[in-house]
Amino acid sequence: MKLKRVLTMTGLAFGLVAGTAFAAGHDGPPPAVKARLGLMANFAYNLGVLGEMAKGNTDYNADVAAVAAANLAAFSATDQSLLWTAGTDTGSISGTRALPKIWEAMADFDSKSADLAKASMTFASAAGTDLAGLQGAIGGVGAACGACHKAYREPQ
Amino acid sequence: MSARPAGPAIRLTANPNRLVFRRIIAAVALLGAGAGWWVTAPTYLPRADEITLMAAAPDAALGEQVFWAAGCASCHVPPDTAETDTPILSGGQAFASDFGTFYAPNITPSPEGIGGWTLMQFANAVQAGISPEGAHYYPAFPYTTYAKARPEDIAALFAFIQTLPADATPSRSHDVGFPFNIRRSLGGWKLLFGEPDGPELQPLSPSTERGAYLAEALGHCTECHTARNALGGLNTSLWMAGAPNPSGKGRTPNITPAALDWSQVDLMAYFTTGLTPDYDSAGGKMASVVQNLARLPEADRMALVDYLKALPPIANEQPASEQVR
Repeated sequence: MKLKRVLTMTGLAFGLVAGTAFAAGHDGPPPAVKARLGLMANFAYNLGVLGEMAKGNTDYNADVAAVAAANLAAFSATDQSLLWTAGTDTGSISGTRALPKIWEAMADFDSKSADLAKASMTFASAAGTDLAGLQGAIGGVGAACGACHKAYREPQ
Repeated sequence: MSARPAGPAIRLTANPNRLVFRRIIAAVALLGAGAGWWVTAPTYLPRADEITLMAAAPDAALGEQVFWAAGCASCHVPPDTAETDTPILSGGQAFASDFGTFYAPNITPSPEGIGGWTLMQFANAVQAGISPEGAHYYPAFPYTTYAKARPEDIAALFAFIQTLPADATPSRSHDVGFPFNIRRSLGGWKLLFGEPDGPELQPLSPSTERGAYLAEALGHCTECHTARNALGGLNTSLWMAGAPNPSGKGRTPNITPAALDWSQVDLMAYFTTGLTPDYDSAGGKMASVVQNLARLPEADRMALVDYLKALPPIANEQPASEQVR
């Protein structure tokens, strides 16, 4: 019995130490920040597919444009409330450019996020129509990105 | 308190030579002060500009384009306020610097702003940095670049601003410590750093010249993209080659061809949508600038692209991660 207890305690202690070591060795931003960056990367990727068509760097393809614009609309409509967790601003951690101002003005931050969703919906219905529609609507999405980055992202 | 110990008696009968010397010193000091006062006096716009201003048509439609090209709204709308088509320019945004914090004033057509100003008072404010009361403005207001604007454009701008909503919010006074709070000294600053000239462009074409006018006279790009000396004067040998952010962390990037290798198509897309070649977006103050540029005629955006491509390339050491965006 006694040996079992000792073994259990040792195992537990081992697990604790290993767990701490794992956490300490786990460099980089917290998962919420990684998820945020992933969401931004998905915005940029899909926007890139459309932007390259708008610039004439790739041929316009209505089907591909429609998919990319629909993705953008879907990504921008996700509920981001779980991503912007407390203590993940530039004042608290490294690896983010999210200004503390976000948490002081969450209502405005949310409304800017809603503006992006709205602009993306408009874009989604225009991008698959023709190239002129795509070129005409991409500016609205860019402006929505910029409005939030202007107020809430730390300059590089 | 004890009495001062007796020391050698002070000689009251002055040596005649010393008296003359003192008088010379006093005269020189007086002359110096007088010269300083004269040198730092406001220098108003020349008579020729006044004549052109008075003859110019109050073209509010042209003024609207000048307004967005000059980026007036970016600084004069209240903090965290969107720049609508008819913005309320009641001021209040803070601009931190090494010299103190400046607050953009109310420039709406109300008594708290520029209501009741004459066109000449407006032109002297915008192009010579002199208030209607004859005081120097701080160069946080980029009058040193607006000085290069055509009088016709200034008259048109004045006409357009009259059409914007009036607002009675009082302007906030700047938070500037000694000695920078002595406005008279700005007369000396203007003499030293007055109207910095841009570099020669290669090639010089109607489009690059138009771009130079938009960038150097109206758009005041140098204010952030060119480094400054210890007194806040532009270092013109580093024209548009990037600079530390005057209000905090980070750098404003080098936008000469030495660092900015975006294609013309990429630059046009950036000036229209704010999206970079990596499909990131402009942020900070540049997001405002892009919104302003998006309101300009396409030919003007193209002129700015041509201007950037025609700038002398200046390598200005900074980390690669900071070179674009």
